[in-house]
Amino acid sequence: MRASRLALVGLAAVTLLLSACSTDTPTETPPGDQPAQTADGEWFVRADYDRELAQRDIAPEGDAAKPYLQAIQPEWVDTAKFKKDGGDATVCFSNASISNPWRVTGWITMQQQVEVLKQSGDIGEFRVSDAGDDDNKQISDIQAFVTAGDCDSIIISPSTTATLTPAVQAACDSGVPVVVFDRGVQTDCAVTYIHPIGGYAFGADAAEFLVENLEPGKKVLALRILPGVDVLENRWAAAQEVFKGSGVEILGNEFTGGDGAKIKDIVSQYLQRGDVDGIWMDAGDGAVAALEAFEDAGKPYPVFSGEDELTFMRKWKETGIKAIAPVYSNFQWRTPILAATMILKGEQVPKEWVLPQSPITATELDDYLARNADMPSLHYAKFGGEDLPGFPDAWKDR
Amino acid sequence: MTAAVREASKASGPPPGTRRSGPRFHIGTTALVYGALVAILAVGAVLVAADGKNLFSTGNIVDMLTRSSLLGFIAIGQTMVILCRSLDLSVGYVMAACSLIAALVMNGSEANVPLGIAAALGAAAAVGLVNGLVITKLKVNAFIATLGTGLILKGWLDTEFAGPAGKVATSFQQFGYTRISLVPLSTVVMLLLAVAGVLYLRKTRAGHHIYAVGGDTDVARLSGIRTDRTVITAHILCAVAAGVAGLLIAARFGTGSALVYDYGLDLESIAAVVLGGTYLMGGRGGIAGTVAGVMILAVLDTVFNILEVNPFYKDVLRGAIIVVAVAIYARRQLSARPSRIRFAAGGAS
Amino acid sequence: MSTGRKFADAGRFLISGSGTVYLVLIAIFAVIFVNNAGFFEAGNLLLFVKKAAPLLILAVGQYFVIVAGEFDLSVGSLVGAQVVLAALLIDGEEARTWPVILLMLAIGAGVGLVNGLITTLLKVPSIITTLGMMLVLFGAIRLLTGGAPTGKLSDGFRVLGNKGIIIESVGVVPWALFIVIAVGVGAVFLMRSSFGRTLVAVGDNEKAAGFAGTRVWWVRTAAFVLSGLSATVAGILVGGYAGLTSQVGDGMEFVAITAVVLGGVVLGGGRGAVLAAMAGALTVESLFTLFTQLEVSSTLRPTAQGLIIIAAVAYASRERSRRHTPHLSTKPAEPNGHHPDRVLKESR
Repeated sequence: MRASRLALVGLAAVTLLLSACSTDTPTETPPGDQPAQTADGEWFVRADYDRELAQRDIAPEGDAAKPYLQAIQPEWVDTAKFKKDGGDATVCFSNASISNPWRVTGWITMQQQVEVLKQSGDIGEFRVSDAGDDDNKQISDIQAFVTAGDCDSIIISPSTTATLTPAVQAACDSGVPVVVFDRGVQTDCAVTYIHPIGGYAFGADAAEFLVENLEPGKKVLALRILPGVDVLENRWAAAQEVFKGSGVEILGNEFTGGDGAKIKDIVSQYLQRGDVDGIWMDAGDGAVAALEAFEDAGKPYPVFSGEDELTFMRKWKETGIKAIAPVYSNFQWRTPILAATMILKGEQVPKEWVLPQSPITATELDDYLARNADMPSLHYAKFGGEDLPGFPDAWKDR
Repeated sequence: MTAAVREASKASGPPPGTRRSGPRFHIGTTALVYGALVAILAVGAVLVAADGKNLFSTGNIVDMLTRSSLLGFIAIGQTMVILCRSLDLSVGYVMAACSLIAALVMNGSEANVPLGIAAALGAAAAVGLVNGLVITKLKVNAFIATLGTGLILKGWLDTEFAGPAGKVATSFQQFGYTRISLVPLSTVVMLLLAVAGVLYLRKTRAGHHIYAVGGDTDVARLSGIRTDRTVITAHILCAVAAGVAGLLIAARFGTGSALVYDYGLDLESIAAVVLGGTYLMGGRGGIAGTVAGVMILAVLDTVFNILEVNPFYKDVLRGAIIVVAVAIYARRQLSARPSRIRFAAGGAS
Repeated sequence: MSTGRKFADAGRFLISGSGTVYLVLIAIFAVIFVNNAGFFEAGNLLLFVKKAAPLLILAVGQYFVIVAGEFDLSVGSLVGAQVVLAALLIDGEEARTWPVILLMLAIGAGVGLVNGLITTLLKVPSIITTLGMMLVLFGAIRLLTGGAPTGKLSDGFRVLGNKGIIIESVGVVPWALFIVIAVGVGAVFLMRSSFGRTLVAVGDNEKAAGFAGTRVWWVRTAAFVLSGLSATVAGILVGGYAGLTSQVGDGMEFVAITAVVLGGVVLGGGRGAVLAAMAGALTVESLFTLFTQLEVSSTLRPTAQGLIIIAAVAYASRERSRRHTPHLSTKPAEPNGHHPDRVLKESR
């Protein structure tokens, strides 16, 4: 008899439990969203590539002195339904991480922007969750914001595109205006998706500069950081497209993890086996180490594409190399905060907010170096925060 | 390095001369860990309340439990392996591989869900088997063997996938998101797995063998236990647990992802296991303690998140707390400490 | 001894368990030579030494800890923290170079001391202690710099890792080479001294060593201090070689442990020679070079690395256990003083 009673109790317990079941599964992502990788090779989508390259030449709308507010070909959406009177909004931000100097720079800029808006009363509380590059944690962080229920706006910088999509969808479903920036997700449910032109443009800017400055038959070495990160893979995919048929020979593409020692070693080894006339990098980390490899080997400097990182730019000035610094507009960290406040005031914002992205060329080098003269070495020149009250100390004394 | 010395130190209880302190009840290590968990919850609640929030709100409890599931699966597996004096550093890679296999096999269709689960867990078991064989037959020490396996997997993952791939069926995503009132389904599964593990270790012969092998391999072998088989089984179980973690990842993400091997879960799971009172030299401890260890880390994580602690400060605090907590337990294990032949050639011996 | 006998003994040593690493090293160099003889030109070889120097030094430090039966997982973070700290404090001022280097050495020793004391006195397993220390160092240095390294390393600082002296007919001989030789010689002498023998004894059987009167806790702590110091020196070299980046030091601890194990040092302590550990480090570095030379796909390298590591350690393990059957040998000690059954003699 004990067994059957036990069974009954167990059954009752299970039924009770099941009745308490609830789920936070996001609704199915609506069809019609473009997947991240399709035909034309894993990371290359022809349509996106053409669009981004064209966007480079389109003049953005808005004040050129405030590039973080400019938008290319904006399609405005109405946000009147999100209007919240009285200011003092609670803005919640789910950050992928601050695990590299680019993100650290942007984060400081964002915090300074928030200070300004706190002064003006638009923002009351700014809540932040840092996921440490862990997708799973970020999903939990976003869920926590949604369940807390008191966020007036949720800003998300997703750590990976595909995997964060359900979480972003869930945030949208909760009715709170969602702003996505930096990497995107595979749903367009957010009120606005803020980003500079994109990876294809970055890679193409760099590759085109190399092609213009090198004769056919010259050799280029590509240095990449990590596989599998879509923003970086798009850059390389675009570069390959540009290099195709240009006559320039690609010696190889190496993953370096951004580690200076590895970069220097790899470049040295290539130099031992022959000439390297140009270097293409998908990000600026360790650019100086690559240049030093040439110095140590006693070989002439290559044509170089780096990034708007200050150590590289200062080395560029010092050595007088032929170089270009493509940017991934660090000032994009200001825009989401401004967008959130705009939305909460009922102002219109672009559905997809494409920020300008133009590389720093030799003619602009001096200007940017002057503007960032006091900044630490791993700072990014186009951080866009010169007019914020905390300048320059907030960035200088991190 | 004679067996005699080892035996003498193992066989006795507290060595002569240890003071028998105060009251005669013996607080087991597991109880101590749960006590620590309660203490941390209390301190956390106070700190959070001082900040104007409630640690025990629905959202926060769900948060804590969700954060514990992933690490929980891996730590349960790691416990098995550490108990028999071995180690598994390939768990992160197994998790990534299984998430991808599950997502790719399922390919969005409901019908393929069981097949996807089976494929993922089967692959995990295969990796565990390889680990076990390399350790026992090739006599490579566990640190190197599992590090090597992990690297082999890493190369395959980076070459074939480079990031997310595959699509999980919608119904399977429930695994990652459904809650039974406060408790996420994933946590329930984790706890069920823990209970199964505890029963396995305490009630079955194979489980007792794991403790025996961990306690003293030579004695176990001389007693007729097939030590190789025990170690291999433990590694297979560990890998399968990592495979379940991979399934959870696939469910949460809606897709598989190769990048998850970077989450540092290998070292974190070892920390959770040791925090839970399991002895790194093997032979002592158990899954109950590990679950508490995992919960401690999850509570810390949640509290830090609510208080918006600077992520770097988080690292410092976690490192310090882990060391302090283990220092407190380790004191209790001063007695009967077998001599050190950790990771000697011969694998788990 | 006749030359034939010497060769036979050398050959036997190479295929023995302890000699595996040298065998692998020779094999790798042979393949590199076939593929690109230019590697062995003086200039390129010295460049290789410059690059390999940090790991060689790190392997020595890790050797002390492993032979004593412990782990040091914090060295990667320590190397990174040291380089970033140096940049922060020096900030380009030449005059500050040497005071900062002295401070770094003190900090390195201090970190090792803390690791050692926590492991020996508080009885925390070294995996946990050094894991905790790794997290603490990682977080602390970033708290100090706000998340990204600031400052600048002076040229004087970078000379050690990057420059050298010019020797006629050879070219630039890097300072790093001299430092590596000095550290290697020092380590060999240290292991032959009573401290070294005690270290091995402690790793082999700490109870017996304790009964024999050793202050086990002091010897182990000293091993950690040596590891911390070696991490500092490695940091100076790596900072000199590569400059300031934000990921410096990441993952170095695993590579160092791999190098030491490849060198035949047994995890768990009590066996192994420091020169073999350095040979292990050379093997790992030359393996990376080989991969680049053969243009092995970047993403497949970890797989090749994993296979080679397992194979090398498996082979050494098999050889060692084969020769473990005790046999009385009347022939004189082998050329390098290696006789696997005689633990104390083996360690240097």
